[in-house]
Amino acid sequence: MAVYRLKTPISEEEIRKLTVNDIIYINGALVTARDAAHKRALEFHRKGKKLPLNLEGLAIFHCGPIVKKIRDEWILVAAGPTTSARMDLYEADFIKNFKARVIVGKGGMGGKTTEGMKKTGAVYGAFTGGAAVLAARAVKKVKKVYWLDLGMPEALWILEVENFGPVIVAIDSYGKNLFEDNQKKVMKNLKTL
Amino acid sequence: MFDKVIETVAFKLIKLAVTELPRDVERALQQAYKEEESETGRTQLKAILENVELAKKYKIPMCQDTGIIIFYIKAGSKFKDLHKIEEALRDATIKATKEIPLRPNAVNPFTRKNTGNNTGRYIPFLNWEIVQGNGLELTVMPKGGGSENVSVLGMINPSQGIEGLKKFVIDSVIAAGAKPCPPIILGVAVGGGADIAIKLAKAALLKPLDQLNTDPKLAKLEKEIFNLVNSTGIGPMGLGGKTTALAVKLEFAHRHPASYPVAVVFQCWAARRASAHISANGEVEYLSHRVI
Repeated sequence: MAVYRLKTPISEEEIRKLTVNDIIYINGALVTARDAAHKRALEFHRKGKKLPLNLEGLAIFHCGPIVKKIRDEWILVAAGPTTSARMDLYEADFIKNFKARVIVGKGGMGGKTTEGMKKTGAVYGAFTGGAAVLAARAVKKVKKVYWLDLGMPEALWILEVENFGPVIVAIDSYGKNLFEDNQKKVMKNLKTL
Repeated sequence: MFDKVIETVAFKLIKLAVTELPRDVERALQQAYKEEESETGRTQLKAILENVELAKKYKIPMCQDTGIIIFYIKAGSKFKDLHKIEEALRDATIKATKEIPLRPNAVNPFTRKNTGNNTGRYIPFLNWEIVQGNGLELTVMPKGGGSENVSVLGMINPSQGIEGLKKFVIDSVIAAGAKPCPPIILGVAVGGGADIAIKLAKAALLKPLDQLNTDPKLAKLEKEIFNLVNSTGIGPMGLGGKTTALAVKLEFAHRHPASYPVAVVFQCWAARRASAHISANGEVEYLSHRVI
């Protein structure tokens, strides 16, 4: 359970040092993206259109935040993770095409994403579900928002974060998946109940 | 004359509920943190406790999913302005959405249009009970989506009885895994009928965690299911550990001889609820939270 403080842009080399159960704290740019944003980003890629920002080495956060606008400034009120399994459909292609290195969410992701992370060199990190204030406190600034037409929860919020965590490495770039391993243990325990 | 009081109290209850856990829930989380042996599990409980503290201190919603707003109303049959309660609760919900703020969570299932203010058809949902007297007891339960999505109803074979019930609950907990943001609270209800069981299971989540079931046999069964759930090893956030549930709350109704409905309603660790009593003279007493 080593502790790492990562600063974006994060390199593949830094990612390959991480193994499951490690704790990371993220500094730099964290970008929220849920189902609709993943879908649109991949459509852009297919059509050869450029994304509004370069995601290489950045961290992605499965999160639909509460944000309020005071005069011209966006203030992040609460920002806990949403269920990552919904993004399983897109994530492997997403990291392959855009080279985001850290995906943060809750509840774990499946085999296709795990395989993709191994190939591309990325990790999935679990942030405590519901810990929305803890997350928001690590956000120093809302730098920018794109795709607000998708709605507040689905937009790409570009957040400047300081020591965002603790994020538990739950899928590493070697194919280890903490949630799946634990689920196997649970199934074994079930037999003894 | 009471509609303004009701609206003010309901607004305050929503704010209390989303920013401050009831003390029994906070205590259960602290106890779990003390007892959890999994190192990863402990990191999750620590983050939850820190988050709870911060939410209380800064009066910010503890979770960004501020849920669907559900009210439980115990209205005295002689309470004045009974007919004004519903509108006052809707107004309070709209105000709370704007001012706290809450995440707008009321979406039309067909058009996908979000009303933007947490009200809509049947939402906020009102559960009515008429009781004796001239007062009004209001409870709000903002219910998050993650835990609601894994809630289930099983119409099991009556011959399976209590063993079938236990198996159904454990299977549901395992199927839910990390999704409902464990440690969870389980509301389990048996009997009645499909709708009745679900309603009772959800209402069971309002019971204080540290209060034993008044029926010793049910208290024993609650404990047994609680131990089974915590032996699964799902742990905090599904990352492993012995804290999967903070409590199991049982409720029942008599059943049709041919039916054995079992409802399991999941509640995430952010078990948000708040209650107050309004007397006939307009005096307000907050029941779930200490209000200064």
